[in-house]
Amino acid sequence: MPLPPLPDSAIDLGVHAADWRTAVRLAGNALRRSGATRDSYTERMIQVIDEFGAYIVIGPGLALAHARPGPDVLADGLSVVTLATPVVFGHPHNDPVRVVIGLAVETADAHVHSVAELANIFNDPEAIPALANAATAEDVWRVIGATDVPRDVSAPAR
Amino acid sequence: MKIVAICGAGVGTSAILKVNAERALGRLGISADVVASDVAGLATTGTDAQVILTSPELVERIPRTNADVIVVDNYFDVSELERKLDQALG
Repeated sequence: MPLPPLPDSAIDLGVHAADWRTAVRLAGNALRRSGATRDSYTERMIQVIDEFGAYIVIGPGLALAHARPGPDVLADGLSVVTLATPVVFGHPHNDPVRVVIGLAVETADAHVHSVAELANIFNDPEAIPALANAATAEDVWRVIGATDVPRDVSAPAR
Repeated sequence: MKIVAICGAGVGTSAILKVNAERALGRLGISADVVASDVAGLATTGTDAQVILTSPELVERIPRTNADVIVVDNYFDVSELERKLDQALG
């Protein structure tokens, strides 16, 4: 199953975040900008970490920000945010975080498959540093293997 | 044999654990049924599990169990999974 779309508007490179909340919020803003989510999804991603801790930091320097499917997910989507200064999330092994991937999916089944697809990408140990050092959206797409699928942003929100 | 991969928010990061645990088991030549679940679902999915895979952050949330609990640091390091599964099952 292919990854959710990663449009140019959902890529934010070399940005500054003072703390993990801000970093996750940037990933959420990128999802919202691309038309995948509403603001409340961003807050739900933060709540997951408040409730369960930094387990979303699943590899060295990489956080996978996500929440359950819900009405604030308008379309499946990915976002990629790279941080100019690494941020501590509180994970015992994988801090500090340089790359935050935002993930939103409409159904739980899609969630399982698209996340599994991410495993195929990041099993390559070069993938996280390559993303962290990406200078352009093209660099990001090269790592993720995704394409800039245009989304009809003029479509009325459901 | 049943192995459960656990995450916090339902079907998120546990899917990555599941995929890579299946890879590690393949390398070890062990056949097992790997299921992705969340902490809340563990009460039903975990009762007959022999092994529970999870993150260091979530260990304390796992209820008392007879299963071996394996803590995985890097979800993308199949070698780490292979080593730890081999220790638990070998």
